[in-house]
Amino acid sequence: MESLCKDETVAGLDIGSRSIELVVLNSDGPLRQVKTPTTFDPLGQCQRLMEGINGSRVIATGYGRKLFAQSFRQVNVSTITEIQAYALGSRFLYPEAKSVLDIGGQDTKVISLSEAGKVLKFEMNDRCAAGTGKFLEFMATALQIPLESFGDYALRSDRRIQISSMCTVFAESEATSLMARGERPENIAMGLHMAIAQRTAAMLGRVGVSAPLVFAGGVAHNPCVVRLLEEQLGQSVIVPDNPDMVGALGAALYGKYGAAARI
Amino acid sequence: MSSSYDAMWEKLNLDLEAHAGLLEVLGKFYGDIYMSQQGRLRGMEYLDFVLSEVHGLRIKELQDAKALGKKIVGTFCVFVPEEIVLAAGGVQVGLCAGAEIGSAEAEKVLPRNTCALIKSFVGFKLSKLCPYIESCDLIVGETTCDGKKKAYEIFSDYSPVYVMEIPQMKNACDRELWKSEVLRFKSQVEETTGNKITTDSLKEAIHLLNNRRRVLQRLNRLRAAVPAPISGRDALLINQISFYDDPVRFTAKIEELCDELEERVKSGIGIAPEGTTRLMLSGCPMAVPNWKLPYIIESSGAIVVGEESCIGTRNTRDLVDESCQTLDNMIDAIVDRYMRIDCACFTPNTERLDNIVKMAQELKVKGVIHYALSFCQPYAMEAYKVEKALTKAAIPMLAIETDYSMEDVEQLKTRVEAFVEMTR
Repeated sequence: MESLCKDETVAGLDIGSRSIELVVLNSDGPLRQVKTPTTFDPLGQCQRLMEGINGSRVIATGYGRKLFAQSFRQVNVSTITEIQAYALGSRFLYPEAKSVLDIGGQDTKVISLSEAGKVLKFEMNDRCAAGTGKFLEFMATALQIPLESFGDYALRSDRRIQISSMCTVFAESEATSLMARGERPENIAMGLHMAIAQRTAAMLGRVGVSAPLVFAGGVAHNPCVVRLLEEQLGQSVIVPDNPDMVGALGAALYGKYGAAARI
Repeated sequence: MSSSYDAMWEKLNLDLEAHAGLLEVLGKFYGDIYMSQQGRLRGMEYLDFVLSEVHGLRIKELQDAKALGKKIVGTFCVFVPEEIVLAAGGVQVGLCAGAEIGSAEAEKVLPRNTCALIKSFVGFKLSKLCPYIESCDLIVGETTCDGKKKAYEIFSDYSPVYVMEIPQMKNACDRELWKSEVLRFKSQVEETTGNKITTDSLKEAIHLLNNRRRVLQRLNRLRAAVPAPISGRDALLINQISFYDDPVRFTAKIEELCDELEERVKSGIGIAPEGTTRLMLSGCPMAVPNWKLPYIIESSGAIVVGEESCIGTRNTRDLVDESCQTLDNMIDAIVDRYMRIDCACFTPNTERLDNIVKMAQELKVKGVIHYALSFCQPYAMEAYKVEKALTKAAIPMLAIETDYSMEDVEQLKTRVEAFVEMTR
């Protein structure tokens, strides 16, 4: 089934809850990398992204993969899970990678890789989006800080306070009561980031993380989460230049080389 | 929607409107999950029929039996020795429920953080949706887990409940306790039915139920073939129906189905496309209509070739020794057979770990999906040891914790698909 097409142009599409990424590969490497918000019309967004690349082979991943495969029958579409896509993408960028952390818009994935880059074990958060990008987005809105600068904002804290709740709703009320007590919003922001880092570190521990660890997904843009994770784990983590493109890259690599793309 | 069974259901005090809604949802769900399958065995038509009459014809049979003076005994656990009930001329039916429908009612009397199986049977009772519960002259609970134990106390406000104490260890004194519990149960059943158990009646009951186990063992041997000749969903359904169908008729029908299956195995015909990943399920029981996870698995490029579960091999693996001649010896044989059950309520429970690894190897599976109902502490905790044992045998395992709701289907799909990709 995996007809390999090393010379052909292949598109990888990662349709997530928050954003859609497209990576187009030809024999020379990445030809195009685009990111767009998912909005309430993911198919329309995919349609716009896909303009001009009809006829190529497309590998879809992310929550929208099935929907895309059912709707775009004019192109040759196959699907893989985000787990495999992130594993392949990370391993391509960092051949020495042994574990992958992906925190996206609504879920967190932890993947442990074998020497050869095969997925050995993985874990995902449950149905609830606690501790994911959605959590940060809600909290940034509550504190009226743009999401993009929320991490830097938190890094300006002058003391660390514990936010005990990981539930988005409860954490927001906890933050509100801290504000009412006159706590600096930077410190509250830091507390919220710490909550994510602790939860993520626990998940990494369950899968058994070994270095080097690649941190991908949209939340890897957040410098505060990166720093706190490094503190928690006692090791440095690798953040790719375009952490949110790793899934789409992995999907495109799968289209080019099949599951053997890892080697 | 009125039905020819309305009068019977009304007599059983069901909530007719809600019940009609339940049957409609069940019918649609069954259509989507079962009738959509290609290349099913002809023998599955019987199962389709039984399921379509799950609250109809079978309930009518139970009412007819009651009219003849027979007593109906409902149970929730494979520990309750059906031999005793049959030998006393009773009919035993499994009452475990696998639907979310009554959970709002159940939460009026149970904490929210209760496992879905317990919520479901309490919910079915309080919502007046289960004609089986309403047909029972005796409902037998058991002390397998704390949730069930306390739920039976509440349930007894509404139904005639009798509770058996299940030992939690397997020492000599535990066997003594279990034997005394089997004898106490025997007295209770004799009192309820008004019939004394005799050497002959018990011998016959043992033989009859062993035959039902034998045919299910045959089914398991046949489905172990490569390529798999029957879907996991269909095999699960057969196991589910074994809990409430007439045992003699069921055994005969499944024997026929196995003949057909044998032909299929001989000609090397598989039910799934080539390259489909063989997986095994292990963990909590899946009661009708809880087909969520098997359906997800079998829609993700995999096929379930075995269920290490109470609605699966845990119920059929061991037979009762049939060589005994005296009533006392037969009781001992029953006691010994049931003591071999490797439920997660036991500590330690190393037999289960050995059984899982052995089964996974024999079935040549690529991996095991461990299924725990949320808030089912015994199985959720034992998953850790199961994974360790499987890892040692180089068999990958995915641990899933879920309930009867559909809200996590997409997340589960991603996990199961990723597991299938990983094991390829």
